[in-house]
Amino acid sequence: MNTKSEFAVPTLKEYPQIPVIQIGAMSHSKPFVAKAEHQQPLGFPGELVDDWQQVALRKMEELLGKYRALPVFLDSCVKCGACTDKCHYFLGTADPKNMPVARQDLLRNVYRRYFTFAGKHFPRLVGAIDLTEEVLEDWYRYYHQCSECRRCSVYCPFGIDTAEITMAGREILASVGVGQKYANEIIGKVHKLGNNLGLPGPAMINTLEGLEEEIEEDIGVAVKLPLDQAQADVLLVTPSADFFAEPHVDGLIGYAKVFHQAGISWTLSSYASEAANFGIFIGNYENMQKVAQRIRDAALELGVKRIVVGECGHAWRVAYSFWNTLIGPFDFLDPNYPVPQHVCEMTYDLIQRGALQFDRERNDDKVVTFHDSCNVSRASRMGNIPGGQFVIPRALIKAACNHFYDMAPETIHEHTFCCGGGGGLLTDDLLELRVKGSVPRMEAFKRVVEDHGVTHMAAICAICKSQFAKVFPYFEFEMDAIVSVHQLVGDALQLGVER
Amino acid sequence: MSVVYGILLYGVAAVLLCGVGYRVVRYWRTSAPLKIPTTPAPVTRGGVVLRMFREVVFFESLFKGSKWTWLFGWIFHFALLLVLLRHLRYFIDPVWGWVEWMQPAGVYAGYGMVFGLAGLWARRLMVDRIRYISAPSDHLMLVLLLAIAGTGLLMKYVLHTDIVALKLFFLGLLSFDWQPLPTDPILLLHLFLIIVLALIFPFSKLLHAPGLFFSPSRNQADNPRERRYAPGAPTR
Ligand code: SF4
Ligand code: SF4
Repeated sequence: MNTKSEFAVPTLKEYPQIPVIQIGAMSHSKPFVAKAEHQQPLGFPGELVDDWQQVALRKMEELLGKYRALPVFLDSCVKCGACTDKCHYFLGTADPKNMPVARQDLLRNVYRRYFTFAGKHFPRLVGAIDLTEEVLEDWYRYYHQCSECRRCSVYCPFGIDTAEITMAGREILASVGVGQKYANEIIGKVHKLGNNLGLPGPAMINTLEGLEEEIEEDIGVAVKLPLDQAQADVLLVTPSADFFAEPHVDGLIGYAKVFHQAGISWTLSSYASEAANFGIFIGNYENMQKVAQRIRDAALELGVKRIVVGECGHAWRVAYSFWNTLIGPFDFLDPNYPVPQHVCEMTYDLIQRGALQFDRERNDDKVVTFHDSCNVSRASRMGNIPGGQFVIPRALIKAACNHFYDMAPETIHEHTFCCGGGGGLLTDDLLELRVKGSVPRMEAFKRVVEDHGVTHMAAICAICKSQFAKVFPYFEFEMDAIVSVHQLVGDALQLGVER
Repeated sequence: MSVVYGILLYGVAAVLLCGVGYRVVRYWRTSAPLKIPTTPAPVTRGGVVLRMFREVVFFESLFKGSKWTWLFGWIFHFALLLVLLRHLRYFIDPVWGWVEWMQPAGVYAGYGMVFGLAGLWARRLMVDRIRYISAPSDHLMLVLLLAIAGTGLLMKYVLHTDIVALKLFFLGLLSFDWQPLPTDPILLLHLFLIIVLALIFPFSKLLHAPGLFFSPSRNQADNPRERRYAPGAPTR
C-alpha cells in the first residue's frame, strides 16, 4: 500500500478536535497554474496580464454587479466565528486562512479597500488591504483550498456561502491570467470532445461493448449499454469516470441492469458524454452554460423523452439547480417525469412501483455506510420533499443490502463532510490538501468501522469515489472499500424474474 | 447644545435612512442569476417565509453553528429589542399601554444587553480562531454598544436625568417644534454614542440586518425543476 508521502499524514483521533490555529500551515499548497493553451479556449488571457491589478478590480466590480450574493455576503459577515470550525480543510490543516470567514476575508478586505467608504478612508480600522501581489498569491493558494462544499453556509446566521466567494475569487484569478490547470484543461476537453477524459466517440463504443461482454460473461444476461440510439426514451448523462475507472464503472453497470430489468429504452450520447461540469468550479457562468448546452443539444438530436443523470455530486447540482435556468425550458421532454431526474430517483421510483426485486444476500459480504456528497446534500434535492436527497440513496442501499449503518449524525445529511477532493481539487498536485482535508470524514468512517464492522462506504459522486480510492490507503483502509450505490443495487438486482 | 444635538439627530437620521436605503436598493437591483438556496430548503414561498422567520427570530443557523455564540448573540439582540421598545415612551404621547406595561422588562433587558455583549467580547478575545478574524472595528463595535448600554443603565440607577424634559425635546424634534435638551453630561454622552452607532450603521457590518433578507442561500425556494427560474444571464 502506498502510504509513503512527502508530508506528515495526520493520525485519526478518537473524537473530533478543533485544532489550535497554525498560521501559514498550508501556505505552500497551490495547484499547477494553467498554461496559455488551457486558458485561451475558455476565454481567459494566457498569462498574468501587465495591468492585472486594474483588471482584477474591474472584474470584481463586474461580479459585484452580477451576483447579488457577492455584495450581500461581503457586507453582512459579523465575524461571529460560527463557521470557523466547520471547514474540513481547516480541521485537517489548522491553517487559519482555511477558516471559511478568513477565506472570505481574503476577498472582503480588498473589496472594502476599493469599494466601501470605511475601507477607503479607514483601512486599518476595518482590516482593509491593498491588492498586492502577495494578496493575489494568497487568493490563488486559498481559493484552491476550498472545495465549494457549502458546509460553512449551513451554520452561518446569514447563510454566507464561502463557495460563492471562492468561485468569484477563481473567476477573478482566471481573468487576470492565473487559472488553475486541472480544471481549465478539463473544461477545454469537454468543449472539444464532450467529456472530461477526452474520450473520443470510437473509444466509447469499444468501452461499452467491452462492458456488455463482461456483464454477459458474468451473469449470463445480455444487458446492453446503447450509445447514440435515436428515439430512445431516456438519455443517460453520467460522469465520464463511469466509463472506465473502478469503482465508477460498476455503478454504470448497475444503471444498465436497472434499465434492462425495468424495460426502459435508454441511450448514452457520444456528443454529451459528460455529466460533470467544471464550469461551476471556476465560477464561470458562460463556460458552465456552454458545457451544459451540449446536453440539451444531444437530447433534442436524439429525440429522447427524458434525461436521467448518473451518480455525480456537482453535476447533480448543476443539473438539478441550474439546467432549467441555463439550458431550459425542457418543454420537449415528458412532463410526467422530473427534468432532469437523478438515477437514484429513477431506481427508487421503480422500487416503489414494485418493478425491481432484490437478493439482498448477495451483498452479505458487505457492511455498508453512506457518504452524503456535499453538492447533493446542500445544493440540490431528490424526490418531492426537502431532504429527499438523504432518504432516497439510503433507501436504495437498504433495498440492496442487509447491513447498513450511518456515520455519526453530525457528519451526515446537511452536516456532511466533503470527501476532501471536491470543487476542482481532485488533482495530484494538491494531494497533501486532499489527504488532510479528508480527515473529518475518515474519522467518522473509522468510528463506524470500529463500532459496527463497516466494510464499505457507498457514494453517489464520481469525485468522492476517486478521492476515497486515493486517500483510503493513507489511513489504512482498503482502496476498494468505496463503492457506487448502483453497484450495490446492480449486484443484488434479480434479472429476468417476472415483473 | 439643544440645537447642536437637534441638527445632529436630524442629520444622522438622514444618513441612516439614505445609507441603508441605498444599500438595500443596490442589493435589490443586483440580479441573482442562479438558484442557490442552501438545501434542504423549503420548496414553496410560504416555506421560505417560515425559514426566514426562524432565522430572524431564533437565529436557527447560528444555533446549529455555535451554542455559545448563539446564546450571547440571541440574548443581546432580544434584549436590544426590548430596550428599544422601552424607549418608545420618549417618543409617543400618550404612551401606549403595552409600552407602559413592558417597562420593567426593558430595564432588565439593559442588563441582558451588557451580559450578551460581554459574552460575545469574551469569545472574541479568548477563542484563538475568533481573535484571528477580528479587526479593530470588531472590538470597537462591541465597546461602543457596551458604552451605550452602560450609560443607559447609569442614568437609570445613578445619574438620573430629567426625562420629562427629554421627552419634550424628542416630541419637539418629531413635530419640528424645538424644545431644550437637558444638559447632563451622561445623557449627552449616551446620545452621542447612539449618533455614532447610527452613523456607522450603513458603512459597516451592521448591514447584516438588511443583508439577511437578501441572502440567496436563505431566501430562495428550492423549486428549480418545478418552476423555471429565468432571471436571464447575469448582466450589470
Ligand atoms: S465551502 Fe466548504 S471547503 Fe469552502 S470554506 Fe466552506 S466548508 Fe470550507
Ligand atoms: S458564520 Fe457567517 S457571519 Fe459568522 S463569521 Fe462565519 S461567515 Fe461571518
